[in-house]
Amino acid sequence: MTTVPVEQEKVEACRAFAADIADDVQRFIDRHTTVGVERTVARAYGVVGADAEGTPLANALVDRIHKAGQVGRGVAYHLGRALCEGAASVQEAAEMLAFSEAADFGPGPSAAEARGAIEAATREAIARIDSARDEREANKAAHRVGTAPLKYVIVATGNIYDDAVQAKAAGFAGADIVAVIRATAQSLLDYVPEGPTTEGYGGTYATQENFRIIRRAADEATRDTGTYLAQTNYSSGLCMSEIAWMAAVERLDMLLNDAMYGILFRDINMQRTFIDQYFSRRIIARSGIVINTGEDNYLTTADAVEKAHTVLASQFINEAFARRAGLREELMGLGHAFEINPWLEDSLLFELAQAQLVRQIFDRHPIKWMPPTKFKTGDIFHSHVHDAMFNLVGITTGQSIALLGMFSEAVHTPLLMDRYLSLKSARYIFTAARHLGDEIQWKPGGIVESRAREVLDKAHALLREVERETLWDAIGRGAFGDVKRTRTGGKGYSGVVARHPEYLNPILEVLERSSS
Amino acid sequence: MGSMTQRNILRAYGDREGDGMVQMSFTLRILPGDRAREVAKRFAEAHGLREPLVTAMEQASREHTYFVVYGHSQHGVDTSDIEVEELAAQPLTRDQIEEQAKKLGRKIVVVGACTGSDAHTVGIDAILNYKGFAGEKGLESFKCIDAHNLGAQVENAELCEKAKALGADALLVSQVITQRNCHKENAAALVELATRQGFRDKVILLLGGPRIDHNLAVELGFDAGFGPGTKPITVASFLVERLVGRV
Ligand code: B12
Repeated sequence: MTTVPVEQEKVEACRAFAADIADDVQRFIDRHTTVGVERTVARAYGVVGADAEGTPLANALVDRIHKAGQVGRGVAYHLGRALCEGAASVQEAAEMLAFSEAADFGPGPSAAEARGAIEAATREAIARIDSARDEREANKAAHRVGTAPLKYVIVATGNIYDDAVQAKAAGFAGADIVAVIRATAQSLLDYVPEGPTTEGYGGTYATQENFRIIRRAADEATRDTGTYLAQTNYSSGLCMSEIAWMAAVERLDMLLNDAMYGILFRDINMQRTFIDQYFSRRIIARSGIVINTGEDNYLTTADAVEKAHTVLASQFINEAFARRAGLREELMGLGHAFEINPWLEDSLLFELAQAQLVRQIFDRHPIKWMPPTKFKTGDIFHSHVHDAMFNLVGITTGQSIALLGMFSEAVHTPLLMDRYLSLKSARYIFTAARHLGDEIQWKPGGIVESRAREVLDKAHALLREVERETLWDAIGRGAFGDVKRTRTGGKGYSGVVARHPEYLNPILEVLERSSS
Repeated sequence: MGSMTQRNILRAYGDREGDGMVQMSFTLRILPGDRAREVAKRFAEAHGLREPLVTAMEQASREHTYFVVYGHSQHGVDTSDIEVEELAAQPLTRDQIEEQAKKLGRKIVVVGACTGSDAHTVGIDAILNYKGFAGEKGLESFKCIDAHNLGAQVENAELCEKAKALGADALLVSQVITQRNCHKENAAALVELATRQGFRDKVILLLGGPRIDHNLAVELGFDAGFGPGTKPITVASFLVERLVGRV
């Protein structure tokens, strides 16, 4: 495989800085919870359903506890207590706590007693994640699995039934992974909608039922073609961890999941995001889902040449957070992108340098390689050529997961035909240039090598700075994606709660034990 | 016909004047074959293509086929009855803008945002921020303009509040997500709100985004619309002409 020289000591120094940066935030995470985390716990314990207005019971339950100022004890405590006090099931306990006059949030039994009462349900909750994981792994083992770069395409009609048709078509046309992208405003909803949905803009709502519908379609496509069709969705926004749990039990294979994306690109509060990402990744780690991080997005709001090092620095940070949540490297699909102004001289060499550098530094990670988007225009023919260059760099540098570009990127979410042509072009280029990377060497001291060195140097300097100022302040001054956010600003801050000294979350405890 | 306006019929130009050559591509829910080729041909003919030639026919799913067709379009358009304001046709230069604006005796206050649930900031940033986009500096770089960028995911009500508080001369609204026309609803709602709050006529309302054009913006109740590739200077020029023209 072609390589660029990478200074190992510098890489190790980057990892050490990232470790410090993440440890500082992790100390905060370990002392807090959020309404999102607690809703996830409730769902994992089997709390289901929604009222006539569509408010999920998990929300009604946690909101009531929050109003009483008792979220810090953990929803598990309250459910366990209700069981101690005679509720016949977790569901009954949840309904009582959410709606009954009799609900008591004052002093009650000890955390140990509540833990005892909910112990069987804790075991069931974990078993449910484990059995879904086993079923996924068995299904994969029984079929052919695509070769890297895995061909990843997007489906986003807004109507889950059309999405299912499109997902199957993608499988037929050679896709390895289908992503149903989420409706425009979903990340800011502080609840997960219920049931199948047919109305979404820019994507389709992530709901547990929608996950099932696409899983079924992907399984059918798998049986049809003999090649396993993987499914992915977004674990981000205010319901990051709830969606991670739904994905885990509905056998999704991958999830967009980033420690900072919500902060930077949806203006979600920092504290909220950090806490939520941790719990979501604990579930993801247990479930064996591959995460896809979102560093590619930085290059849409910041310049891709000037700020390439921010992508690399952020990858080190995402990796450090993921480690702290128990993820193996093989599950860390760190993201980066082909977003340099295509009209810049030697832009292709810069892209090659960056792709190669990331590939080498994160050698065990299923790197997620994102296509050009920002400089795409409505000239679909030119756009198709632009994507071909992306495909060429992807195969040459051995990227793991290639999110294929669409010639209609600047126009609409992909149509059936757009996806077909994109897959055809990728199939051609990935085949035609299969071993190109094995055959070539970069000119010593040439443009590619120098660029790779420069990016690593700058990432190293940035990480040193972030370590000194802390991640909170670094984001505050716009270190990533040129976007600035404050510690208490943004959406969802009111849902952040300090843990009580006797905070109870037996599910998290099992998840934390399972990785160490 | 009373007046003798010169008719000027435009047809697609491929190889030779008047040949009307165009290509189209589409998918149909049918499997490839002679029948499918005939269906594609008829489909093209129904769109006004003479002698359609099906140049590609490939199965794209278990049920769908993808086609490329070339043909001679029989349609022409009379350009003499097209009325469109060319906003970008002759923008003032930067110096002219600064010079003209002096007549106002104060800075032009503009407030912009990407509104509703739309989180795309790059377009509005390109127009407003100093840095701009692709080498074109934004309105903030003009001495005569006081630019306020509220960012994305801004509710119409918040934009109106800010605009009133800052005494804005112009509101700049960006809408990028357009699936099933959601941008139109949100944009129209802003105009309605400004009208209800009684300040619609005191401000210039501009709408921009990849699917916006001047006619659409005017239809929605804005003063002007700006589409893909808009340069900040075009917007500055428009504002100055409107405002100085009014004093
Ligand atoms: C960058 C980007 C993002 C970034 C945005 C980062 C940010 N902070 O802005 C991120 C990754 C966050 C993102 C998210 C999403 N995106 Co997006 N995104 C893009 C992308 C690639 C580029 C847009 C861009 O920055 N263009 C560059 C700027 C300079 O161009 P512009 O916006 O057209 O602006 C120019 C003119 O239109 C005009 N203009 C614009 N606004 C205004 C305002 C005024 C007053 C004036 C005068 C002029 C003006 O001037 C500008 C300069 O010339 C486009 C695809 C594309 N290439 O267009 C998709 C695209 C817009 N996104 C799309 C979608 C669907 C989404 C998501 C819904 C995906 C999802 N399901 O999560 C989310 C939406 C989140 C939300 N709540 O809005 C779709 C929209 C489809 C449609 N037609 O509705 C597109 C077209 C991609 C696609 N093919 O699917 N996206």
